[in-house]
Amino acid sequence: MPMLTVSGLTKRFGALRAVNNVSFDVDGGEILGLIGPNGSGKSTTFNCIAGLYAPDAGTIAFEGAEISGLPPYRICHKGIARTFQIPRPFHNLSLLENVALSAFFGRDRAVTQKAAWDYAEEALAMVGLPTDARVTTDGLGAAALKKLELARALATQPRLLLADESLNGLDHTEMEQAADMLQRIRREKGITIVWVEHIMGVLMRVVDRVVVLDHGEVIFAGAPKEAQENARVVEVYLGSEAVA
Amino acid sequence: MRIPKTALIGVPILLLVPLAVRFAFPAAEKYYLHLLIQILIWSFIYTGWSLMGRFGLTSLGHGAFTGIGAYVMVLLWNYAGITPWIGIPVAIVVSIIVALLVGYPCFRLRIVGHYFALLTLALTEFVRLCIVGLRDYTGGSLGTQPRRFGDGVSLYALQFEPDRVLSYYVALALWALGLYVWWRIDRSMDRYALDAASQDEDAAASVGIDVTREKLKITAISAAMCALGGAIYAQYQMYIGPDTIAGLSVSLNIVFAVIAGGMWVMLGPTVGAVFTQVLSEVLRVTIQNSAALQKVFGSAVLALDTMIYGLLLILFIIYMPKGILGTLLERREKKQETPLVPAKAGTRS
Repeated sequence: MPMLTVSGLTKRFGALRAVNNVSFDVDGGEILGLIGPNGSGKSTTFNCIAGLYAPDAGTIAFEGAEISGLPPYRICHKGIARTFQIPRPFHNLSLLENVALSAFFGRDRAVTQKAAWDYAEEALAMVGLPTDARVTTDGLGAAALKKLELARALATQPRLLLADESLNGLDHTEMEQAADMLQRIRREKGITIVWVEHIMGVLMRVVDRVVVLDHGEVIFAGAPKEAQENARVVEVYLGSEAVA
Repeated sequence: MRIPKTALIGVPILLLVPLAVRFAFPAAEKYYLHLLIQILIWSFIYTGWSLMGRFGLTSLGHGAFTGIGAYVMVLLWNYAGITPWIGIPVAIVVSIIVALLVGYPCFRLRIVGHYFALLTLALTEFVRLCIVGLRDYTGGSLGTQPRRFGDGVSLYALQFEPDRVLSYYVALALWALGLYVWWRIDRSMDRYALDAASQDEDAAASVGIDVTREKLKITAISAAMCALGGAIYAQYQMYIGPDTIAGLSVSLNIVFAVIAGGMWVMLGPTVGAVFTQVLSEVLRVTIQNSAALQKVFGSAVLALDTMIYGLLLILFIIYMPKGILGTLLERREKKQETPLVPAKAGTRS
């Protein structure tokens, strides 16, 4: 049984069908790339899964249980963590506090305060951020903020990680490092990953499968190699600056 | 638990204050104790409000909670003979219910900032109108008095007003309770959750925080504290009126005092209480004794203190948003040069 099953997902904003009858599966243990040009509906799909939007139609099942329409914090408790496309750190808290919060309020509802701080240090160390309790978020660069997003998501102890456009605003080396990081998270933590991205290049190296969206519909699902040879996918991306 | 040095010195001093006052002001002992008692009781109420205020939940509705606390307790005592030992818990429960009824839709619909302030302001006015409207029981705008029990000092009736020293200790205990609650919350994970939610509700929810629930929790605690404060204030004054313990003037006083003292530090509300109580006493005495002022302003002189309050509030918000104590502590911290570690070092791997 797939870990996550999205079927017939539809979300409208007024007259605009941002997502129209989208269906796909995510298998446990895989890294799935959810790609498409700007406005293709991938972020909307993502936000429906994460609970930020309630779908107009369709179902989303996680580990056999229906989750569509649940509020975001309940989705998190079920074991789905997310990052934000544009990092949204809590600037009024230190790095460690940012992450400890996730550990305390995340999937493990019985975690003690002490354990939450330990998890937070572990998560920060994993993404390569300082674990010193006094470090603030002031002056963090784009790469470090992405890492903080990731650490915060990891500290909730998810089974499925939704990573939203993780590479936006990074230089090439940082992109490669971020891709390696996602691979490491899967390998070491056994976390399944859905990676939403519009930059195809680095993603193709890391993902097991891709689902390509265009105008709110799935136009391709399969191996990354085949995607790059698929006529429709190429057409959608042709001329787009996103083709690497 | 490690007891901080300030507590080791502070607690005995606070306990010996009535003695010191007796020696220092033998002629005006009652007056100075009265001032201290007022400061302590209001400090407790202000501390209760600051629990919400510090997380950006700027409520103008806390005059409703102090009012509910005072009136529910007094009415139960006067008309049903129910001891305040039961009356106060009932009053607290009522205020919590009201707080949740108003809070739940606000927090679910994400009413924050100005709109939250306006909505809670309406709550204050609603409660005041209820008090005035039920004048057969509440005495309307003239207020009413708790029925005096025996000689006015009674454990059963929780009355202590004639004994100023006893009143001082009651107020001191109340104040200490407020600080304890503040301290507990400051060290809890809920505090971080509320800090996070005050900045970004979506991001907070994404890491598993039930923002509505967290806000309801702190609102209930805050309302309960104000209800308790209102009830004790009623017992000390032995008088309750819709403008002295309920209503908008109380709400605004609370907000002003906490902003003046400092919202984000434990003793900030206390400093705010000292500041506002002393200020209003000084203004009252000055205005009463000044023939010149009365000549210039006529009967409007009585409203002069309110005007000065308003002016000061504006000045505080502009020049000292962290309040007196917050600003002082910040200056000291800067002097001691133990700044937070700048993130830039070591964040790029």
